[in-house]
Amino acid sequence: MSSVTAPAQSGVVGKFSNYLDERTSISGAVKEFGRKVFPDHWSFLLGEVALYSFVIILLSGSFLTFFFQASMTPVHYEGSYVPLKGIEMSAAMASTLDISFDIRGGLLMRQVHHWAALLFVASIGLHMLRVFFTGAFRKPRELNWSIGFVLFVLAMAEGFTGYSLPDDLLSGNGLRIIDGMVLGLPVVGTWITFLLFGGEFPGNDIVGRLYSLHILLLPAFVLIFIVLHLMFVIIHKHTQYPGPGKTEENVVGFPVLPVYAAKAGGFFFLVFGVVALIAATVTINPIWNYGPYDPSPVSAGTQPDWYIGFADGALRLMPPHLETYWFGYTWSWNIIIPVLVLVLFLAAAFAYPFVEAWVTGDKREHHLLDRPRNAPVRTAIGAAGVTFYAVLWAAASSDIIATHFKVTMEGVINTLQILLIIGPIIAFMVTKRIALALQKKDREILLHGFETGRIVRLPGGEFIEVHQQLDAYDRWQLVSYNDNAPIMLRPNPKGKITGGMRMRASLSRFFFEDRIAPVTENEYKLALEHSHH
Amino acid sequence: MRKNMSDNKAQRRRGRRGPIASVALILVGLVATGGAYAAFSSASANAAVDLTSPAVIEEGQKLFAANCATCHGQQAQGTENGPSLIGVGSAAVDFQVGTGRMPMQMSGPQAEQKPVQFTDEQTQALAAYVASLAPGPSIPTASQLEGGNVSNGGELFRINCAMCHNVAGAGGALTEGKYAPELTGVAAVHVYEAMLTGPQNMPVFNDLNLTPEEKKDIISYLSYIEENPSAGGIQLSNLGPVSEGLFLWIFGLGAIVALTVWITAKSN
Amino acid sequence: MAKNENGTADIVPAGSAEVTGTGVVSPDAFTNPGLPPHRPRITDLDPKAAKRAERVVYWLFYISIAASVFAVYAYMFFPIEPENIHSVRMNTLYLGLGIAFSLLAIGIAAVHWGKAVMADKEAIDYRHPVRGTEETRARAVEIFRESDEESGFSRRTLIRNGLIGALIAFPLPAIALFRGLAPMDQDPNNLLKHTMWKKGTRLTRDPQGTPIKASELTIGSAFQVIPEGLVDLPEHEMLDEKAKAAVLLVRLKKEDLNWTSAERESWSYDGIVAYSKICTHVGCPVALYEQQTHHLLCPCHQSQFDIANECAVIFGPAARPLPQLPITVDAEGYLVATSDFTEPVGPSFWERSK
Repeated sequence: MSSVTAPAQSGVVGKFSNYLDERTSISGAVKEFGRKVFPDHWSFLLGEVALYSFVIILLSGSFLTFFFQASMTPVHYEGSYVPLKGIEMSAAMASTLDISFDIRGGLLMRQVHHWAALLFVASIGLHMLRVFFTGAFRKPRELNWSIGFVLFVLAMAEGFTGYSLPDDLLSGNGLRIIDGMVLGLPVVGTWITFLLFGGEFPGNDIVGRLYSLHILLLPAFVLIFIVLHLMFVIIHKHTQYPGPGKTEENVVGFPVLPVYAAKAGGFFFLVFGVVALIAATVTINPIWNYGPYDPSPVSAGTQPDWYIGFADGALRLMPPHLETYWFGYTWSWNIIIPVLVLVLFLAAAFAYPFVEAWVTGDKREHHLLDRPRNAPVRTAIGAAGVTFYAVLWAAASSDIIATHFKVTMEGVINTLQILLIIGPIIAFMVTKRIALALQKKDREILLHGFETGRIVRLPGGEFIEVHQQLDAYDRWQLVSYNDNAPIMLRPNPKGKITGGMRMRASLSRFFFEDRIAPVTENEYKLALEHSHH
Repeated sequence: MRKNMSDNKAQRRRGRRGPIASVALILVGLVATGGAYAAFSSASANAAVDLTSPAVIEEGQKLFAANCATCHGQQAQGTENGPSLIGVGSAAVDFQVGTGRMPMQMSGPQAEQKPVQFTDEQTQALAAYVASLAPGPSIPTASQLEGGNVSNGGELFRINCAMCHNVAGAGGALTEGKYAPELTGVAAVHVYEAMLTGPQNMPVFNDLNLTPEEKKDIISYLSYIEENPSAGGIQLSNLGPVSEGLFLWIFGLGAIVALTVWITAKSN
Repeated sequence: MAKNENGTADIVPAGSAEVTGTGVVSPDAFTNPGLPPHRPRITDLDPKAAKRAERVVYWLFYISIAASVFAVYAYMFFPIEPENIHSVRMNTLYLGLGIAFSLLAIGIAAVHWGKAVMADKEAIDYRHPVRGTEETRARAVEIFRESDEESGFSRRTLIRNGLIGALIAFPLPAIALFRGLAPMDQDPNNLLKHTMWKKGTRLTRDPQGTPIKASELTIGSAFQVIPEGLVDLPEHEMLDEKAKAAVLLVRLKKEDLNWTSAERESWSYDGIVAYSKICTHVGCPVALYEQQTHHLLCPCHQSQFDIANECAVIFGPAARPLPQLPITVDAEGYLVATSDFTEPVGPSFWERSK
């Protein structure tokens, strides 16, 4: 059978399309995806910001690799920056200075790269918060949450390896801290640092090794996980906020071609433009101030980039003297505890969707998002997590908080130590109360209408404010949410109640015992009749 | 001059915290780069007063008795409230009084920099009186403050000073509410005197530790970085990754979130 | 017991609890009113506004072209001059502004085009369950069953277990290869426990390497110190050694120093003491010395050490005092070490107390 048919279209475009399709069957893809619908909401663009920053990082990073030398070979700097002339430093540092001071546009590209890196991690964080607080991680998207989580960790690893490459004083002290942290790990610490640094700290190898990770291995993984992540977005279709006309079975929005392509495509240029604008006007990582790495000096206010701050803060908040000698070995609790805290915190974030799925036992697919108020306990858990992270983060700048608010650094650290424990608890309770109060307010508005501000005087002389009922669309907005109630503890088919069942029941009570059910039609009718009396 | 300088500085600092998305900020960036040349000035030692003249010393003694003796004692021998000043030299007096740290208004974690209380002549007279009590480090001359080796100064600065004052001289925290002050805008002569005398909790860097030549190098380095603001643009107070992170979250992500709202809002 | 704040809805989950779990679906819930009526935009109603929007879009594209051209112009006419930082500033600024405005103009134009000019028609896609259809799933199971049958994967257990074993064993050589990341003939434990200091090594200034006489330290002085001979080492060895051997040398009034033993006191010389600068927490240089309080502060994690009390930890995450370097003076009056540190310097490690 011959499949050759006459070109569907004449003209250059038609001929070219035909040429392409006969070799790629691309028309199928266009048919499948060209009119795929994407819902429109500002918070759905945060993941795109992350994707676009990654593209910006790839572009600017490739430019930088043409000039950067990932070598710790000592050289005497002879470039343009006067205060470092004649100083001995590594080739990595010298070439970074050359990029900054001797290559046109080099400093701009360095700053684009670094600002975009900060934006990359920040937008991933914000995107994760959006997904968490709207419950977008529920079935069928749990695995995509895991993939996204891996991307978050990879992004931090990319950031840290990049931060260390110029071999300046700041990044060198950062590596020194990593070295000290790993050394403190039980059993394997000493050997891991020895292998990582190719001998003693700082050694001669670390920059080259981090460079292969930074430009080869890690970006490859990031790319693979981005592809997986986006593939699942296509398979699942995007979630949408609840509203009139929106159901679990449909997606309401704009088609990829042309509107979404214009908006999302335009947004890439906007993100790039904002990064370029910041890079043109604001200094980032002025390595010429820090000077080359030398184990003796250090600068006041030595901090990592923001996304490593929570780890640095965890180290800072440990009280003194936490070290023991057991069985002839040294147990550095001042390292082990913060590392455990961080690992557990990240593990909790990773596992949350699976835990919630287990507790609810809900096997339905959820494509309609929750408004945060309609899942009070989840929202409260999120707020507690954010508070915990924020306290660790603030702790990483304890010295700068002290000088800028004219308080003592000891006071700042002691306060944060207390806040780290009680802050999340307070945040949990307050957030849960606020969410429940907002739900009550929604009920109130639904049942009794909203205040119009119009005061009328009744024939009897009484003044009342006229309340107006919502229209059907606004009403739907307030009643269409997922309602959950705790599970009843009932024996399984074997007539037994297992420990797991008990735990699940008590967790489901923890989640759903304070519950405000959506208004039903009958309730609404009753309220209406009541108000007409 | 000093007043002028701090005004100029305050103006730049406000500019840094302005909204980035606006064009105004670019203008501020331009002002910061260009204008900073004008901002720097190194007040040099005032050599007009002869510190050994008995008349000057006598005037200094009177000023001392009226303003300093309550804490430091009538003969500058020190009391419970203030250390002995015998042997601290004219450099210490010129630094403490010339930067407004002395006379102290109240006790706190450390003596704060305040508006200067005395005229130059009065400060010199006080210095002359204290110097006459016992030999000590003396006020450096103008030739000790200029023309040093910038890159050597940078290296010495990083090793001896940056741990407290930050690599860019932006200052930093010490224990119990004390801090190492910012060095931008500090007159070269005062930097020199501080190294020489080790005011308050700052260690002493005598001439056998950092030679006069090396001190000059350090001062030249500080003037260089002050005269040549960052090639990258607004410096965010030189506080490093903390201010960069805050800037990115507030202005970078702020601008981008504003854009996402605009993109998804219905056109009207 | 579960509270229900409004009392009417069911406490026990309705519908099939197998599927909904804790989810409650009220039989009496509101029904979805469907999409609200379409609201036209100004550009749909007013042809003038539509025209204006169109103009804005193409003008923005023209502005973008101009900005790109400006960026190239800036590249050529704001060159970098050697040793002129201001020229770097101008090059970065104008090139960056040109690029930024060219990108922003494209972005604003495209988005505005999409929002105001393109057809404003909401579209609806229908979802299908993510799981495959029953038929597909049955076929998939069938395929696995058939291939198991044909290969004998679960029947021929010796083959299968052999495969699993081989797959576990084959990456082992890769792990062994990692040993080569660090020199084969060295033991990190040995390296971490020794520094360059030994009996008679002079204390010298960092970075000059000049020896220091005891008489050169006045009370309140702080010297950054490296061992004699360090500056003559090849660069990378020098950094490795400096990372362990850096010392802070200070002089206090003798009566301000408290000692736990006469032996410890003998490690000082006339109020002059030398302590390792490498923090016992994670290794930052602890060099912030307050001469009046005699406190040492680490700028990385705010550990504080009290020099007056053998560098005991008084605040922050560090666990151990900074190690002291025993010193004395030689015949010429120069400060020298009387031995290496008596304990490993820097951060703790597993085998430290061995």
